[in-house]
Amino acid sequence: MSELVPEPRQKPVVPMKPVGINANLLGYIGIDTIIEQMRKKTMKTGFDFNIMVVGQSGLGKSTLVNTLFKSQVSRKSSGWNREEKIPKTVEIKAIGHVIEEGGVKMKLTVIDTPGFGDQINNENCWEPIEKYINEQYEKFLKEEVNIARKKRIPDTRVHCCLYFISPTGHSLRPLDLEFMKHLSKVVNIIPVIAKADTMTLEEKTEFKQRVRKELEVNGIEFYPQKEFDEDLEDKTENDKIRQESMPFAVVGSDKEYQVNGKRVLGRKTPWGIIEVENLTHCEFALLRDFVIRTHLQDLKEVTHNIHYETYRAKRLNDNGGLPPMTVETEENHESNL
Amino acid sequence: EQTNCDLFSVYGFHLGLFTLFRSYSFLQNKNDGYRTLPLSGHVGFGSLPDQLVKKSIKQGFCFNILCIGETGSGKSTLINSLFNTTFDDPVSSHFLPSVKLRAQTYELQEANVLLKLTIVNTVGFGDQINKENSYQPIVDYIDAQFEAYLQEELKIKRSLFSYHDTRIHVCLYFISPTGHSLKTLDLLAMKSLDSKVNIIPIIGKADSISKTELQKFKNKIMSELVSNGVQIYQFPTDDETISKINTIMNGHLPFAVVGSTEEVRIGNKMVRARQYPWGIVQVENENHCDFVKLREMLICTNMEDLREQTHARHYELYRRCRLEEMGFRDIGPENKPVSLQEAYEAKRHEFYLELQRKEEEMRQQFVQRVKEKEAILKEAEQKVHAKFEERMLALQEVKLKLEKKKKVLEDEIAMFVEKKANAEVLQSQPSVSTPLLSLKKDKDRKKYVLMLVIRGSKKKFLHISLL
Repeated sequence: MSELVPEPRQKPVVPMKPVGINANLLGYIGIDTIIEQMRKKTMKTGFDFNIMVVGQSGLGKSTLVNTLFKSQVSRKSSGWNREEKIPKTVEIKAIGHVIEEGGVKMKLTVIDTPGFGDQINNENCWEPIEKYINEQYEKFLKEEVNIARKKRIPDTRVHCCLYFISPTGHSLRPLDLEFMKHLSKVVNIIPVIAKADTMTLEEKTEFKQRVRKELEVNGIEFYPQKEFDEDLEDKTENDKIRQESMPFAVVGSDKEYQVNGKRVLGRKTPWGIIEVENLTHCEFALLRDFVIRTHLQDLKEVTHNIHYETYRAKRLNDNGGLPPMTVETEENHESNL
Repeated sequence: EQTNCDLFSVYGFHLGLFTLFRSYSFLQNKNDGYRTLPLSGHVGFGSLPDQLVKKSIKQGFCFNILCIGETGSGKSTLINSLFNTTFDDPVSSHFLPSVKLRAQTYELQEANVLLKLTIVNTVGFGDQINKENSYQPIVDYIDAQFEAYLQEELKIKRSLFSYHDTRIHVCLYFISPTGHSLKTLDLLAMKSLDSKVNIIPIIGKADSISKTELQKFKNKIMSELVSNGVQIYQFPTDDETISKINTIMNGHLPFAVVGSTEEVRIGNKMVRARQYPWGIVQVENENHCDFVKLREMLICTNMEDLREQTHARHYELYRRCRLEEMGFRDIGPENKPVSLQEAYEAKRHEFYLELQRKEEEMRQQFVQRVKEKEAILKEAEQKVHAKFEERMLALQEVKLKLEKKKKVLEDEIAMFVEKKANAEVLQSQPSVSTPLLSLKKDKDRKKYVLMLVIRGSKKKFLHISLL
């Protein structure tokens, strides 16, 4: 059979093709000062970080977030008053604060989801959450696609979602699996075992192993996702975290006690004081280092480069048949004024 | 005295409160209405810039320089001196018919920073007799880089974070060291480029001007630029750490530079310099030329700002113009905001139809070719068939002939057998008088048989077994 003439390749726009040549440098030029320049620039513009906490009420979500950021970023709910009605669906409450440390200013937004898993019938209770996350992507997309666009598009996309697992000691609940299955594709999920002071060390290790196995069996890719490891160094580091430490078994507290002459955050019980930042007591310090000190930027980048791009591609591909995003949502933006 | 102290303390307290309040509200304004929270301990996100920097180092940096200047104004030598290396750049002639651009990319590494440096040189600028079209190729090139980036950004499945950015971050414009003023070509070129790229004007081969003449020349150039409304790049002065030095440098524009690829021994060091009979011009001596200032400004202090200005200002302007050109609007004809989405959809529909049409065309072409090929094959098949028929016929004829001959021979055999039978009958009757006869008959018979055998062997089809 004769071959069809292949479609003529589009001529490159650049008139000449650049050739890569490795040039040897003799003497110092100053190229590495760009690091300092970049650092100065980012410190001037500041950072945004949006973290969402999901879990049944009473698992210590607000306390943990307050412990993570060492300030009252999240208001603890004191349980439902008799007079207040339990909300029929999951509410989404986003509260923003600005915190500063070491010259770095961070606008932190904590997104709380009261009502998750609290009803009798919890079917589809992840839907409002998924909708909220997609709405943030949509907002960003709309801004990005404007003709005259802002210099710095405000980033309200959820960078990290901490999912609180109840420390039953047995296995994951169906609700947990359903939620994580649906949302691990749109947002970075970090599963966390809440109130870990109810388990002994052996129970903890067993529970963690079982949870890891169940997540693997159900094909749930939690952060850090295997497929986004960029190089060998990342892979080995992340493998260690994925296979040994996660899910982190944490304890949160905002009260300080005196232990061995030092003031530490902890929980006081008749049988001793549980030190939150002590690695032998719980894994809070690991979670804090993981989320804040090493992988904060990576969380943001994975959200921007992968989850957002997936959303964008899907949105632009759909033939306009998508119903427009409803403006009235359950979100309440409180700025604590 | 105590009341004085009290007053003082109260006053101090109020002052303190006041300043605190002022700074608080100042902060509040800065934070878009978000409240600042104090931290009660060390959290650790102060390492965030380091995390960001680490990622950027892994990705590497891109920097693209465009050098515009007449042939022989010292562009390549300056670039070699700036980056302290010898880039492979062939010398160009003065006789090129039109202006062309030549881009080359190099990978430089210093400490752990990897820089992808692209140098774009103009070739033949200012050489033609008619210089009308001298700067249009340059404008087109810059636009083409913006266009490539825009296309990538508009793609549905895009990979911006691994995109090799080819947009021009800075344009070094080489002014000839005439000592008088700017040439018309310079003014026109810079005017057409100032809204598309960061321009840093440079006086090349500045060792041909004396110090006093140089200052007059610089002033003349700057005043001409201002009076013609050319916007050159100003080093940023909003960051306190570098604003002072940037302001000073802004006053030294345009930089008068000297480049050199040769090294001369001064004291006990080898430095880049140009050796003349009357003295040695040292490239890195600030008294001799502004080379060090240029390097300092371009690389050490403002590289990041140049990149940012290119992206945030020049590229955004290009993008806006281009999208408006393509028919997108933020506000529709009834003054209602039209979503880019809808415009996008309309365009997509258009493209989809075009795609379908092209597909149909290709399908038709394909069908056409299939038909043609089929026709050719059919013809060939028919030919083969015809030949086959022919051969079959020939074979039949030969067969018939052979059948005939076979028949003839068989008849002859039958006749012979008959004769033989008769002869045997005759032989068996008389037993005395036959010996001679039989012998004769024998001889005859044998002769006859021999003849038959000979004929048979000739025929090859029959063989007669001898009795």
